[in-house]
Amino acid sequence: MISQLSWKIGGQQGEGVESTDRIFSTALNRLGYYLYGYRHFSSRIKGGHTNNKIRISTKPIRAISDDLDILVAFDQESIDLNAKELRVGGVVVADAKFNPTIPEGIDARLFSVPITAMAEELGTSLMKNMVASGASWALLGLPLEVFNKAVEEEFGRKGAAIVEKNIEAVKRGAEFVLEQAGGPLDEFKLDAADGKQKLFMIGNEAIGLGSIAAGCRLMAAYPITPASEIMEYLIKKLPKFGGTVVQTEDEIAAVTMAIGANYAGVRTMTASAGPGLSLMMEAIGLAGMTETPLVIVNTQRGGPSTGLPTKQEQSDLNAMVYGTHGEIPKIVIAPASIEDCFYDTIESFNLAEQYQVPVILMTDLQLSLGKQSCEPLDYNKIEIKRGKLVQNVPALEGHDLFKRYELTEDGVSPRVLPGEKGGLHHVTGVEHDEVGRPSENAVNRQNMMDKRLNKLNDMYIRDAIRVDAPHETPDLLIIGMGSTGGTIDEARTLLSLGGISTNHITIRQIHPFPTKLLLPYLQKAKQVIVIENNATAQLASQIKMHAGFAEKIESLLKYDGNPFLPSDVHKACKELSLDGNVQRV
Amino acid sequence: MATFKEFRNNVKPNWCPGCGDFSIQAAIQRAAANVGLEPENLAVISGIGCSGRISGYINAYGFHGIHGRVLPIAQGVKLANREMTVIASGGDGDGFAIGMGHTVHAIRRNLNVTYIVMDNQIYGLTKGQTSPRSAEGFKTKSTPEGSIESTLSPLEIALSAGATFVAQSFSSDLKQLTSLIEQGIKHEGFSLINVFSPCVTFNKINTYDWFKENIVNLEQFPDYDPTNRVLAMNKIMETNGMLTGLIYQNTTRKSYEDLVTGFKQEGLAKQDIMITPDQFDKLVAEFK
Repeated sequence: MISQLSWKIGGQQGEGVESTDRIFSTALNRLGYYLYGYRHFSSRIKGGHTNNKIRISTKPIRAISDDLDILVAFDQESIDLNAKELRVGGVVVADAKFNPTIPEGIDARLFSVPITAMAEELGTSLMKNMVASGASWALLGLPLEVFNKAVEEEFGRKGAAIVEKNIEAVKRGAEFVLEQAGGPLDEFKLDAADGKQKLFMIGNEAIGLGSIAAGCRLMAAYPITPASEIMEYLIKKLPKFGGTVVQTEDEIAAVTMAIGANYAGVRTMTASAGPGLSLMMEAIGLAGMTETPLVIVNTQRGGPSTGLPTKQEQSDLNAMVYGTHGEIPKIVIAPASIEDCFYDTIESFNLAEQYQVPVILMTDLQLSLGKQSCEPLDYNKIEIKRGKLVQNVPALEGHDLFKRYELTEDGVSPRVLPGEKGGLHHVTGVEHDEVGRPSENAVNRQNMMDKRLNKLNDMYIRDAIRVDAPHETPDLLIIGMGSTGGTIDEARTLLSLGGISTNHITIRQIHPFPTKLLLPYLQKAKQVIVIENNATAQLASQIKMHAGFAEKIESLLKYDGNPFLPSDVHKACKELSLDGNVQRV
Repeated sequence: MATFKEFRNNVKPNWCPGCGDFSIQAAIQRAAANVGLEPENLAVISGIGCSGRISGYINAYGFHGIHGRVLPIAQGVKLANREMTVIASGGDGDGFAIGMGHTVHAIRRNLNVTYIVMDNQIYGLTKGQTSPRSAEGFKTKSTPEGSIESTLSPLEIALSAGATFVAQSFSSDLKQLTSLIEQGIKHEGFSLINVFSPCVTFNKINTYDWFKENIVNLEQFPDYDPTNRVLAMNKIMETNGMLTGLIYQNTTRKSYEDLVTGFKQEGLAKQDIMITPDQFDKLVAEFK
């Protein structure tokens, strides 16, 4: 019996890889297993190799694995590209149609199944994904009725006949492979899961759900990979809550529409990725200057320019922290788990209103699109805090205006919404006085700059840094952000087996940088390694700039478009600990 | 009910003496009073340029945004609170150069926003460069040999983009302008009102006298039917875009707000935002 295994399906884009993965993982989720998915895809609709990998475990997992137990291949290319991941004794289930072969030097067992032929017998080659997934499911010895239930849900709306045919396809695939193998494979027999069905979603869905819980009722956005799922989710859900999504003509319209709507009192967000974020920069400055709450989700992908639009990267950090002209207060939050995506979205909307600043919620492609098990989400933790939003203010005298930018102790001024009789005031991106009228007065300028920039002094989000520090003075302090945490933790288990002690800090508040919180841990660590998916060590630079310790901070960088594997992190940390150097992955 | 004086504030505009924008400001204030608005129910959103300052000169909720983005901001305000009357305004550079993309799409979207363009055919605040509305051959600091690009016709573009309300006026004709703004505010959908607003400092060609000579008032054509789109397009072309009055109106197309599924009449900003445990459980259950 084993506690975890990895399964992958590969083929040409548009060949049913996605739907097979969806049904397979839904069925596993029903059985209560923890799942973590990874999509390898290209920026095109049809054609091109694509594969989806799922890690299945009886315990919580938050990382992809180095190796692979079962590969389902619709073509030889899928075998050739992925066979090297197979562990010794791994299994390939492939379509007999292309006379599959296992590349030399790979010790794996091949089950050649007439996948296309069986599907065609049932009427359409479209059903080959059902034959293939049925075969691989059967090898695991998992109950077929659970799988069939998932098939029913996937195809139910297409009618009973289609469901039946698909179930028949699953059955034929299963029977064929079981005969070849002489029954389910013992080495892949998974321990029973706890039977408790988990939530199973992608980060973008958790953000969408979080935004509804946060009271977001409008979204203005322009489609882009890997952000569009947030918009797609809200397009389905917001009308039920009185709201709507506007697909704008570009990202500049999206962000400025969101600013207008937030100004008028509706929690509104926009979401994009690198190129869209670049287009929003001027407007982010407007939100900062006019102290208009704003939530922007940036789902990072490979840059620069169009870059690697469907690949993992964490290279927008500098753009998010610094990218707008002039100086404004701004909050940048990096959720580090699927649960964070939900709770941090709610917090982002609260902070945006409490501090009247733009908040950027930054994910990365793996966090946004990797489908994974999610711990139960707690309704009781949903809190809506609107800061100094005031209502029913006293009437104004003569030509008086409401002091929307009143100089206050904490820099945050009372905010009224348009429509309020006593609240008339002016809003402008030009430097302005307390009622919002343009002013070039030097004293006013300094007061207003200080007011805005001091708002975020000593502001810390929930778990601004997430600390796992079992050692007082560890050999290594590993620092990361975003989706890399699970991978780092798996590597730490391996490192500890090799006698290397590690602490792990996930930086979740990227800006303003939580220097004070981080300092004590940097001081005590013998060496520090900062792990990030970019080429210029942007997070490490923030740490060195704010906290110092440049002499003991090393970086592990990966910018080939793929997420870190536990082995990448393990190898680099081991080398650093033993030799004091790190090689690029 | 508020009078037009209540839409005035005590800020002295920084426009040049004689600028056409003064009359447009007065027309907005009069129209707002004439349709029965109170200052707190009007939001004036403006762009960047001389004209963009207008949101600070009207006693109402004012938002002075960034260059070219007046329309998305205005549409955001309207979506958030459809009970507010939203006037967007800016110059021809703001709306027809940097912001042209937004103008076309705001027209298509047809939210109930009144867009008043203060068209002076020049860039004034940056001290005299060519605009998309400048005539061919027009000499400016940026076109010392005369403009070699063709002049943009916003009225034709608006009609082609599916506009439901297209009007044009002249800042000297306060009566017509006020009436058109009133009609624009009352129109259920997006209204474009392009207003010739002479720049007395940098445009020595398109002067008050020049407009008076060249303008064709639609009142001259008692049979003109502003519900006929083909006729409207012809008239714009026949007059080389120099006509004033209500050029086209389509009252049959519903506004965007009325077409959004489940969108209530009550402003979204006024609605409760906390979801119930039951609603939350239903949303979460979809991920099981």
